Amino acid sequence: MPEKDKDKISRRDFISNTIRGVCLLGLGGTLGLVATRTQAGDTVWQIDPNKCIGCGRCADHCVLEISAVKCVHNFAMCGYCKLCTGYFEPQPNALNTGAENQLCPTGAIRRSFVEHPYYEYEIDEELCVGCGKCVVGCNAFGNGSLFLQIRHDVCVNCNECAISVVCPSGAFKRVNASKPYILKGEEGE
Amino acid sequence: MIYGYCKISGAVLLIICLLFAFAPNYAFSVQRFPPPQFKSGHVLPETTQAPPRSDFYEYLDAGVLLAALAVATYLALKRRSRTGLLILTIFSLAYFGFWRMGCVCAVGSVQNVTITLFQTGYSIPLVVVIFFALPLIFTLFFGRTFCAAVCPLGAIQDIFVIKPVRVPRWLDRGLRVIPYLYLGFAVLFAATGSAFIICEYDPFIAFFRRGGRAAILAFGGLLLILGMFVGRPYCRYLCPYGVVLSWMSKASKWHVSITPNECIQCRLCEDSCPFEAIDSPTEEKANTPRTEGKGRLITLIILLPLFIAMGVGLGAGVGSYLSRIDPDVRLAERIWLEDTGQIDEMDDASEAFRKTGRPSSELFAEAKQLRRQFRIGSMILGGFLGLFTGIKMISLSIKRSRKDYETNRTHCVSCGRCFSYCPVEKDEK
Repeated sequence: MPEKDKDKISRRDFISNTIRGVCLLGLGGTLGLVATRTQAGDTVWQIDPNKCIGCGRCADHCVLEISAVKCVHNFAMCGYCKLCTGYFEPQPNALNTGAENQLCPTGAIRRSFVEHPYYEYEIDEELCVGCGKCVVGCNAFGNGSLFLQIRHDVCVNCNECAISVVCPSGAFKRVNASKPYILKGEEGE
Repeated sequence: MIYGYCKISGAVLLIICLLFAFAPNYAFSVQRFPPPQFKSGHVLPETTQAPPRSDFYEYLDAGVLLAALAVATYLALKRRSRTGLLILTIFSLAYFGFWRMGCVCAVGSVQNVTITLFQTGYSIPLVVVIFFALPLIFTLFFGRTFCAAVCPLGAIQDIFVIKPVRVPRWLDRGLRVIPYLYLGFAVLFAATGSAFIICEYDPFIAFFRRGGRAAILAFGGLLLILGMFVGRPYCRYLCPYGVVLSWMSKASKWHVSITPNECIQCRLCEDSCPFEAIDSPTEEKANTPRTEGKGRLITLIILLPLFIAMGVGLGAGVGSYLSRIDPDVRLAERIWLEDTGQIDEMDDASEAFRKTGRPSSELFAEAKQLRRQFRIGSMILGGFLGLFTGIKMISLSIKRSRKDYETNRTHCVSCGRCFSYCPVEKDEK
């Protein structure tokens, strides 16, 4: 009887060893296949500004309380308009910095006089919530120098970006962390 | 100098415009107001580009994962200390959960690995591969010590186990089929590049980030409340990574045991496991003929191909419905309805698509391709589910004899709760 028991245990061991070998092989094979397409650096999420339609979902769907998506200004593209349609309401009472004239709900765009007739517009990222209202305004009548980007000093880089799931234009994509921004007018690829 | 800068940027713009000439792009078609040339010598401000977090932290995470796995294994198998595991659980919850906000985690990494295998355009960060592989390798040798005290999702549920009630065996084992389905769908949707459902419906991530969708917060809260009475409901009845872990654990070389020495069959540990992972000794039935079980076993083995065929058939049927989870397929359907005049107004997605100027036919071809992938994918998935159902039924009909109280290697998460119930343990100390 003890003889038989011993035999049984060793058979069980053999089976478990075999299964373990198969598991190791499977895991090793998977890792081997994956290894050919592994990169040392991380990937990060970014918005392709040429696909973005400024729908406003970025402001609401980020996992952070205040979205990591902010408006970014490419000054080289900007027309420095006095009547900036990204800054002003469609029919402003006056072309001044009065809150009632501004399009931005948080007053995150700073307007400053440069020289006649040019004005400079800068984004205060502390205030910006990424709603994209100014982006739509600038694209409608201006040069489109205002656009949305994920700011990586804020973004927590979720494995599946919660905004990308609801983005209607498919503008969210993973990019290499060594080139984390897609600046409008400077893509040149 | 400024003039030169403008000229260069103008030239760059022109080149880009030419590059994009074949795919008309609205962004570059509007240059209504030429950038001014300032007389006052105004210098354009620089567009700031804050860099992403350094890779260093990612590798720190991998290091902490390795250390935590090693410590968990030591505490569970060698030291046999439930207190130690509990402290490590709290550490993992704080580090991987609340500080690192639960991303990237081993559970979700399954999808990254899948998409790497199926989509050529995706390259996977090394850290994600480490997060996928390390727990599996550890489990293959030491059992599910990852689940015990390293996984933040397990950790948050583990500390909520207050008054566990017994789930009837049949219900428990029945519900444990769900993770297979979940894993299957997660793999299918990741392989087609449609969605990462494990991340999207992660119930506890909203707690870790202190914010998230209301529905997910509610779902997570419900699971935690349920978890007070039914231990680790997510781990047992949902976790897709747990499926892979359980395969590895079943073949593990070493594994936690209830008793440090010989089982004396005192039955004290019988009710100690809140996760239904202790197998009782089998009753010896003296007079059951061997042939009875054999007949059923042979029938099931013969039926196995039928199960697989049924799965494949089912998969073929639901494939096109499943494909609608892909945003491109949904968009194509919408565009088709608009093109054929069945819907008048555009929604955001179709408006965005029209703005790109891509021809609808291109999108339709893409959607058709995706649909085909989904049909094949869900047929394979169905086949696998049929196979697993068959194997499960066969394994239920195989007679196993157990003399002692043992941990069920598939389901045991190595939490160490049963240690203190064993009188042999106390004796040794």
